[in-house]
Amino acid sequence: MRPHIREKKDFSFSEVPENTSFEAGYLVTVNSGWRSIRPEVNSEKCIGCEQCYLYCPDGVIAIRDGKAVIDYDFCKGCGICAKICRIGAIGMEAERK
Amino acid sequence: MANKTAESISREEYFYGHKACAGCGGSLAVRAALKVLGQNAVSVLPAGCMSAVGFNFPQLCFSNNSIISTFAGTASMLTGVEAGLRAKGYKDFTAVGFAGDGGTADIGIQALSGAIDRNDNIIYICYDNEAYMNTGIQKSGLTPFGAKTTTTPAGDNIHGNIRPKKNMFEIAAAHGIPYAATASIGYISDFIEKVQKASQIQGTKYIHVIAPCPTGWGIAPDETVEIAREVVDCGLWYLAEYENGEFRLNRRPKEFTSVEDYLKKQGRFRHLDDEDIKVITDSRDKKWEFIEKNFKL
Amino acid sequence: MSRKFLSGNEAFAEGIRLARPEVISAYPITPQTIVVERLSEMVEDGSLKAEYVHVESEHSALSCAIGASAAGARAFTATSSQGLLYMAECLYYAAGGRFPIVMMNADRSTALPWNIYGDQRDSLSQLDSGWIQAYAENAQEALDLALMSYRIAEDKRVSTPYMANLDGFVLTHTYETVEIPERSQADKFLPPYETDNRIDFDNPKNMAFSAGPDTNYIFKYKAHKGLLAAAEVIKETENDFAEIFGRKYTGLTENYLTDDADYIIVTLGSIAGLCRETADKLREQGVKAGVVRIRYMRPFPNDEIAEALKNARAYAVLEKDVSFGNEGTVFTNVNSALKKSGAEVKGYDFIGGLGGRNISAGDIEGIYRSIAEGTDIVNFIGIGGGENG
Repeated sequence: MRPHIREKKDFSFSEVPENTSFEAGYLVTVNSGWRSIRPEVNSEKCIGCEQCYLYCPDGVIAIRDGKAVIDYDFCKGCGICAKICRIGAIGMEAERK
Repeated sequence: MANKTAESISREEYFYGHKACAGCGGSLAVRAALKVLGQNAVSVLPAGCMSAVGFNFPQLCFSNNSIISTFAGTASMLTGVEAGLRAKGYKDFTAVGFAGDGGTADIGIQALSGAIDRNDNIIYICYDNEAYMNTGIQKSGLTPFGAKTTTTPAGDNIHGNIRPKKNMFEIAAAHGIPYAATASIGYISDFIEKVQKASQIQGTKYIHVIAPCPTGWGIAPDETVEIAREVVDCGLWYLAEYENGEFRLNRRPKEFTSVEDYLKKQGRFRHLDDEDIKVITDSRDKKWEFIEKNFKL
Repeated sequence: MSRKFLSGNEAFAEGIRLARPEVISAYPITPQTIVVERLSEMVEDGSLKAEYVHVESEHSALSCAIGASAAGARAFTATSSQGLLYMAECLYYAAGGRFPIVMMNADRSTALPWNIYGDQRDSLSQLDSGWIQAYAENAQEALDLALMSYRIAEDKRVSTPYMANLDGFVLTHTYETVEIPERSQADKFLPPYETDNRIDFDNPKNMAFSAGPDTNYIFKYKAHKGLLAAAEVIKETENDFAEIFGRKYTGLTENYLTDDADYIIVTLGSIAGLCRETADKLREQGVKAGVVRIRYMRPFPNDEIAEALKNARAYAVLEKDVSFGNEGTVFTNVNSALKKSGAEVKGYDFIGGLGGRNISAGDIEGIYRSIAEGTDIVNFIGIGGGENG
């Protein structure tokens, strides 16, 4: 399972582990607040070539039913996907609050 | 339409939710390699960008077993992890290290050399962003000639870094390593194939992947992949393998793109004058003369 | 059980063989080399089944042991002096990560000037690193500590790495008759290493992570408590050891004629034997002399020290180290223990044996006599009167 957000985000004295190891893939914060622009996929144009999926540094793009979809909790708005798309199916738009 | 590369790797994400800069080349290298190696990969990362952004209790961004090593100790900890797991009877795992250029060519080179010498069954991947980026863009042994860093500032007297890049690929090869390769995140399929190949070979494997850092290189976050392609296309980086005592070139540009264009796109090179650019272009030509003579093409 | 005439190093190697380490990382340094050489012979002849790794430096030796321990394997390495300092970063790393690695350190002077002979400056300079620190007096104890070390370090209440110190050359290279336990006895005494603090393919972990200002202090406090908990675990382990092997050790300290002593020498390691002989000689002359041998510097035996010294007229620490610009480190620890207990006893520091310099029976007798008469607090044996030579 990919690293994902957990319910419990704070650890009291007795909950802090005895050693410096903990459960893999335990996340407590998202990265969405980093964005000033966000990618928008035009699903009609998207041909599912998977270039954006391969080149996303954060791994937030997946292919569902042959189309690129984005996890906006963890997308940082770098714009690589929009640049890499050969057919212009991804555009960068201003982040809406 | 099926993408051959995408089909050949896991759909799972093993490095996720990390705090790397937007557009980080290093994180793409780590992400891609782990999708090749899968859930039973055990990753060792030294102090550096990838560990700093991925392991802040309780935000732990690797879904496979991963551990931070000391800065100098990536390869030695990898050796210990591999020996320990083998001693406990585990067979189905891959010990893989992800270290930056500083952690590989400078402070980490001793341990890396020792591991290759012992032929420990590990994959060592150097994600090369050409400076100590995690600590704020200081010069490393893999910083190229002319680059501006915070410890090689560019001024009227000195135009940035005056030393060439150490050739870690050839240093690894000189050990007689079973497999070594160069790669770039700009050619992600080639990199993925090399990681796949390495995972099938017994012994020590070294992969050196150029992973641009938008922050340190002075480019926009969306230009990372393009610049990682251009460094190969203009000949300043080459895609090659060393296997069975032989060097083999993977990609031979019919005509190089402009070195000057590649350099001027980046903030860290914008100060270079024509003389500097000629030095860089000449050394590229000299290197390719060597490649033509010594690598299988 | 067999009896053999072995050096301290060889005896320690026998003890490690019986402890069944799974990964050994080896880098040579005088006067530890015999340990790693013997272990390699045992691996070669099959009497020790372990992954033997020829690392290329001491830093890598401990880094490799940490990696192996993180994989859940029982790990061992050995070093001395310059090597200990080279791996210093990894000492703190292993302790903070709560990896119960055992390391043998041949106590040797540290450069500059260069010196290969025994003193205790190397290990004592690393007291803050978070390791349990034991000091052996003779070859039998060295073998026995090797076997006990893993029991103590791996105990879930402790989970702390263990440094076993042997005086360089004086103990590492001197030959004595030792009893080597049977493999079956050792296996009964020391079960395999079990832990959650390891790579796990069913429940993957992220290990050796960062902890910011909000939680860092909690991790450090827990490590501190783990080291303190070793005191009780050491006593339990020694009781079990006595039942199986017939040799009873005395916990964090070993007292000799201290109950009614007026003048007590507090010391570490192999010099204790000569101190006891001198105390016997002085007793014949009507001087009530006693000796406390500190066996463990960490966890520090505050209570045991205070108890042994509280009724004495004066005590002298005899140590082979100095914390430059102040006094000997053992004296700092002992002095503090007494102060915390509220006891008022005149205390003196005698620094000797640096760079392997011989400490004679005459020197030791001189210590007893000078603390009876009163002298400077900090003394360098062999240099004029007190600190100023």
